[in-house]
Amino acid sequence: MLLNIKDLTVAINGKEIIKGLNLQVNKGEVHAIMGPNGSGKSTLAAAITGRDGYEVTKGEIWYKGQNIVGLEADERANMGIFLSFQYPVEIPGVSMTNFMRTALNAQREYRGQPNIPAGEFLKLMEEKKKMVDIHAKLTKRSVNEGFSGGEKKKNEIFQMALLEPTLAILDETDSGLDIDALRTVAKGVNELRSSENGFVVITHYQRLLEYIVPDYVHVLSDGKIVKSGTKNLALDLEEKGYEWLKEEAAV
Amino acid sequence: MSMEKDTLQQTQTLDEMLIGQYRQYKELISENDTPHLRQIRENAFQVFEKEGFPHSGTEMWRHTDVDALTEDDYVHELKAPVVTENIEDIFQCDVHDFDTETISMLNGWYTSKTGDLKTMPDGVVVGSISAAMKAYPELFEKHYGKITGSESNGFVQINTAMMQDGVFIWVPDGVKVTKTLQIIKIINRKEQLFVQSRNLIILGKNSELSLMHCDDSVDHQASLVNTVTEFFVDENAHLELYKLQNLNDNSALINSTFIKQMANSTIKTNTLTFNCGLIRNSIHVKLDGQGAHADVLGLYLMDKEQHIDNQIRIDHNVPNCTSNELFKGILDDEASGVFNGYIYVARDAQQTNAYQNNNNIMLKSTATINTMPFLEIYADDVKCSHGATVGQLDQEAMFYIRSRGISADNARMLLLYAFAADIINEISIEPLRQRIDDMVKKRLRGELSVCEKCVLHCGTPDKEYHFDIDLSQI
Ligand SMILES: Nc1ncnc2c1ncn2[C@@H]1O[C@H](COP(=O)(O)OP(=O)(O)OP(=O)(O)O)[C@@H](O)[C@H]1O
Ligand SMILES: [Mg+2]
Repeated sequence: MLLNIKDLTVAINGKEIIKGLNLQVNKGEVHAIMGPNGSGKSTLAAAITGRDGYEVTKGEIWYKGQNIVGLEADERANMGIFLSFQYPVEIPGVSMTNFMRTALNAQREYRGQPNIPAGEFLKLMEEKKKMVDIHAKLTKRSVNEGFSGGEKKKNEIFQMALLEPTLAILDETDSGLDIDALRTVAKGVNELRSSENGFVVITHYQRLLEYIVPDYVHVLSDGKIVKSGTKNLALDLEEKGYEWLKEEAAV
Repeated sequence: MSMEKDTLQQTQTLDEMLIGQYRQYKELISENDTPHLRQIRENAFQVFEKEGFPHSGTEMWRHTDVDALTEDDYVHELKAPVVTENIEDIFQCDVHDFDTETISMLNGWYTSKTGDLKTMPDGVVVGSISAAMKAYPELFEKHYGKITGSESNGFVQINTAMMQDGVFIWVPDGVKVTKTLQIIKIINRKEQLFVQSRNLIILGKNSELSLMHCDDSVDHQASLVNTVTEFFVDENAHLELYKLQNLNDNSALINSTFIKQMANSTIKTNTLTFNCGLIRNSIHVKLDGQGAHADVLGLYLMDKEQHIDNQIRIDHNVPNCTSNELFKGILDDEASGVFNGYIYVARDAQQTNAYQNNNNIMLKSTATINTMPFLEIYADDVKCSHGATVGQLDQEAMFYIRSRGISADNARMLLLYAFAADIINEISIEPLRQRIDDMVKKRLRGELSVCEKCVLHCGTPDKEYHFDIDLSQI
């Protein structure tokens, strides 16, 4: 099993946001997480990736056979966990190229590999840029600075493609993308899909799931997974919204 | 001249000691003066005698603990010591591929093997100010003491009254100096010294000069350095000035720079402060000719209990001038900072464009900064803006960077470095930019203190970075 979250409780500033959540992701699987605004989807993503201030007050997060609760964010990244941010951060003064080379080399160092030679890195970048069809000039600019909403999202997938994570969490990567960009991003994800890695795709829309077909769909509501199913669940949700789930839960 | 010692050990406060010295050794101090200069000295002395040094109650010095400085014991030399050591032996500058013409000052005294004043092949005159006074009385009459203006404080007054040495540079009309001139000032003495130096730098019409002014100490001995520099930048002349400050934690540096600009001249000053116990940089630019432009930039990286005080004043005295101020600082530990940006626009100075910005990152809650913009505008058709920010490291950005596998230390470095890069990138001499770039990285990693010799001297083997920021890519 790639990811095994057991009875997880997460609090921010003492306020419980995730309230006893269980989730299992096996290698080769794509899990979609849907749910109303404010239900805790991004909080879950932050807790898995080790963001400071997201306190795990109960439960465990097992990844590749290790409970990663308490590990630093960078160590988790080096172990192969990647987060595509719902709101990518602008970092003025740091170029995309340098940022990615620094990140890639940090991850290689963690795995005991030597730094990537400059020429090889540039080749790799070109290849991945094509894959997600991002504008050549974007990598010369500062990280996300002045990028359009869609460009920022594509840039997240570009970074993912470069770092080749084992577990990728995509937090609303589809929002803000035009139809073509959505297809390209999905194509990128599908190309990276293998029997060795897993994806957790957070989305509000069924449309993304037509392109990235999930093995499972979960509904997160008020910090808990209230329903799990196959891709058909997403279709039901698209049609009926979340209210019926709440009614169902109340019964 | 009868004098038992070259130096006097004080038993009183610094101002009392200096007043006594002046009275007793006036002849020695002013031995190279023309009557004109002697009068300037005398006037300055009288003001100083009355007013003394600024103190904690003086408004413009409120945030800088000047009392502790002026109440300490110092030795003040009135004669140039016989230099036995070779200056190159205690100090070396090795900016690779960076060919400079060096002017060395040891403990405030001009040192040169080739004489006190020399004319270079391109016509530039470089040398000791005391030698230049005699050689160029008409230039002194025209400029010396004129650029400082009347509002000068006790440090400027006592410098004017008792100055004995410093650097003189004269770039005649039309001369474009291709080789960067570098003034290296080193303090190296067993006693706690009070050092004064006075510089006069004149750029003739259509001339160009790029100048580095390095203040360094070679050991941990305390000192108080009081420097006054006057620049006259004539019509359509262009000056680039880099000030590099890297003194030990026991040193204090009071730096007063006055720049007078004539029509269509441009200046760019970049004040890079890496280390020093206490520094006050006062830069006063007077835009006196239409079409003049001034870029006044600075970067300060302070930690421990260091104190930095940047006082920038830009006078837009005539129409159609532009100025741009940007100072950035990173303060760690208990370091404290002051930024005072003062823009003055005279009544008729229409079409003035003046921008001012001061940005600070505080790494610990114990660090403090006092940033005060001040605009005094008497014209109505002007564009002025000012902004100041004080903040911590951006935690959102920290997480973003770390979520890609970059360690907290390196993420922090990356952000701090990016913050500083705005200033570093303004250095147009490429080898110098690279060197400063390197130093900033070292400083941010806390490695610079091991090679306190100089900002540019890196005798210590380069430590490995976990990442390599290639600025050309940024
Ligand atoms: N730093 C914080 N301090 C306090 N509350 C927070 C903080 N961050 C998030 N929350 C709260 O936690 C809850 C869950 O937020 P989260 O961002 O995880 O929701 P989400 O499911 O991702 O929503 P959306 O679909 O709108 O992205 C919300 O009620 C939010 O207000
Ligand atoms: Mg969210």
